[in-house]
Amino acid sequence: MSEAVKEPSMLMQKEMIARNYEAITSKHETGRKVSSTFVPGNLNELLMCFDIVNNLPEINAIQGGMRKASGGFIMEAEKSGHSEDVCTYVKADIGQMAKGNIAPNGKPFPAPDVLLLSYTGCYTFMKWFELLRAEYKCPTLMLHVPYEGDGHATKNMRDYIVKQLKEVVIPGLEQVSGVKFDIDRLRGYLRASARAEDNLVWCLEQGKNKPSPIDAYFGGVYYIGPIFTAFRGTEDAVTYYETLRREVQERIDARQGPLTPEGTNFNDQKYRLVVEGPPNWTHFREFWKMFYDEGAVVVASSYTKVGGMYDQGFRHDPDNPLESLADYCLGCYTNRNLPTRVDILAKYIEEYEADGLLINSIKSCNSFSAGQLMLMKEVERRTGKPSAFIETDLVDPRYFSAANVKNRLESYFQMIEQKRQGARSAA
Amino acid sequence: MSISADIIARCQSIYEDLDFGLARAWKAAVPGRKVVGFLPLYVPLEMIHAAGCLPLGIFGGGDRMEVIHGDAYYQSYICRIPRSTIELGVSGRLDVADGMIFPFVCDVIRNLSGMWKIMFPQVWTKFFDTPQNFDPAIGGAYYVEELRELKQGLEQLTGRTITDDDIRHSIGLYNENRRLVRSVYAFRAQAPWKAPASDVYLLMRAGLMMPVEEHNRMLADYLAAIEAEDRPRRDNVRIVIFGSFCEQPPLNLIKSIEMAGCYIVDDDYALVNRFLTEDVAVEGDPLEALSLSYLRHSVETSCKYVPDEAEKGRFHIEAVKAAGAEGVIYATPSFCDPALLDRPMICGRLSEASIPFISFKYAENSGQMQPIREQAGTFADSIKLWS
Ligand code: SF4
Ligand code: SF4
Repeated sequence: MSEAVKEPSMLMQKEMIARNYEAITSKHETGRKVSSTFVPGNLNELLMCFDIVNNLPEINAIQGGMRKASGGFIMEAEKSGHSEDVCTYVKADIGQMAKGNIAPNGKPFPAPDVLLLSYTGCYTFMKWFELLRAEYKCPTLMLHVPYEGDGHATKNMRDYIVKQLKEVVIPGLEQVSGVKFDIDRLRGYLRASARAEDNLVWCLEQGKNKPSPIDAYFGGVYYIGPIFTAFRGTEDAVTYYETLRREVQERIDARQGPLTPEGTNFNDQKYRLVVEGPPNWTHFREFWKMFYDEGAVVVASSYTKVGGMYDQGFRHDPDNPLESLADYCLGCYTNRNLPTRVDILAKYIEEYEADGLLINSIKSCNSFSAGQLMLMKEVERRTGKPSAFIETDLVDPRYFSAANVKNRLESYFQMIEQKRQGARSAA
Repeated sequence: MSISADIIARCQSIYEDLDFGLARAWKAAVPGRKVVGFLPLYVPLEMIHAAGCLPLGIFGGGDRMEVIHGDAYYQSYICRIPRSTIELGVSGRLDVADGMIFPFVCDVIRNLSGMWKIMFPQVWTKFFDTPQNFDPAIGGAYYVEELRELKQGLEQLTGRTITDDDIRHSIGLYNENRRLVRSVYAFRAQAPWKAPASDVYLLMRAGLMMPVEEHNRMLADYLAAIEAEDRPRRDNVRIVIFGSFCEQPPLNLIKSIEMAGCYIVDDDYALVNRFLTEDVAVEGDPLEALSLSYLRHSVETSCKYVPDEAEKGRFHIEAVKAAGAEGVIYATPSFCDPALLDRPMICGRLSEASIPFISFKYAENSGQMQPIREQAGTFADSIKLWS
């Protein structure tokens, strides 16, 4: 496939990511400390307070998937005794370690100085870092974020998280880095986070336009990149989201759709979808093409909320720094209970005037997937809009069947057409 | 039939009754009684009991129930227990339960709690998260408040206040239950030919479906009976089962392991009644006491974080030693993230400690026992050969 056409914001992000990989792989020269941590509940601003560089194994697995290297890594991990049944992010990470652990910049990943186990919304995280800890023998800091089982955060949950931040995470990071914690420094970063978050939310909400100037799933994974990873709280992220906002505004003004990897604006939008679940990474462009070829644009998605649900009003708050980190961790999408997820998806369908819900169910991910069939029925019942269900995996190419996915999508679009015709003849 | 066989036959009929007749009869006996179902594993049964409710253990549908509706709720790559639990719900079998508690084991059960809220809105449904921080001032304080919330929920369900003395009384009964359960396990570890694993399993499973007072009497009777009875001793090897703490294997699988030449001298089947390894204090604040017991004296499973790398697997190795076992069968449900993610770490530590092990996967409705029997048989032979 040809090189994907990129907008300025994408190029900017690419450069930011490259710089971060450089910072990680040059830690021995620079003396900087490196932490590994997860996307949901990512405490980037806190790590910045200790000058610690943030490395995210989920993102490395995604990179491996997009480079088509993950299949080999997964097989390697399975050969060494990891079950075929468990999350392929973990196996891609472990297999990559076994195969030299080379970063996307071609240099070896150094061992992390600390594993920051932000345990939000996914069980696998806990064992993933126990597995890495066995390998790296480095300090591991667990931040347990309770699940919002009753659909809301409680004071007890928040107090528990704040206490862990004060008594476990911050002292642990001080020890690893040798840097004293300065809460005003944290406030400064959180202020920058909130500015970036405002612009991210604005961009995501432009999916309400017709045509939609964004694709909130395939394009969305780029839009969330900086804020979900190592850049939330940086001025770079602020600039990135200003640039992104300008690009989206220009498309709105020109009544244009999002740019496809082929470099054309996707204007002829026949179907507007809400998508639930992460995308497949091993066939990302092929998967995306199946949508725009058929005229389907994604106007809202849940995957763009796994690293924080800013569109529901949350912002990092410099006036309540630790409490707001706690609220952030609690509110990530997969930490919300199923009834809340149904509410959110049904609301998206209405507010974004979507034709229906498409679920991409990921074999790896019980956190997302267990319960999705009921979620689908419930959203359908609530909105009266048709839904569809496809199954793929994140980074295991064995579970991407292009023909199956394409078939399902085509029948789904036919279903939407029929529904429209039915509505027209009833009118 | 011997006395122990009588007891086990009764347990088997309770265990096999997927309409939960015993719970129904208990509920019907006194107007206003409530039944609260719970899933594995770290459930504070004392709280349900203190509310005057019957705690009813739900471990899926086993191999005796045809899953008709449940499969429509779950993809093929998700374990069996949630789908058969849904089946119990939608087929009306679980309508005896006025409340359901879903403790944290993994994301599947976590999400099932939300499904229950949507599908059965008339049922009081509670997801119960246990702390992964084991400092009394942090995780302990959090846990006390979670117990308080649980208490409030149960009070709303029953319309009655739960006093500290109510909880202390329940703690006392469950302490006795755990002591008796430990005695049965200790007896079996000593003389496994007298207390077959399948019998002990039924005794424990049925115990989680009946009032604790009744189970305490039953356990005492069973212990007295097996001490007096004799059974032929076989030349079996002694093994421990790990990995089976949530979805349960079919009874036949447990029998097959024994028939293949392995005495099961310890296991993590349906751990709910023995996840606390020591008595809970009956003095002082009962919620504090429950919290502290969980932090300090709860068994390790894959559902708990192990804060110290050096401690990883130590619980398992010590359990093997305490039971005088010669090997481990790490038997997990298919698609069970917790047990399977932990497997390389636990088995790695067993290897380092020179403890032989095998591993396999099962489903609650596995039908084919021949491969398991062969694998367990070969394992038993190899232990005999090399020990
Ligand atoms: S199980 Fe899901 S949320 Fe967890 S690490 Fe894997 S993909 Fe991410
Ligand atoms: S069997 Fe394993 S994966 Fe399934 S619900 Fe139980 S703990 Fe979770």
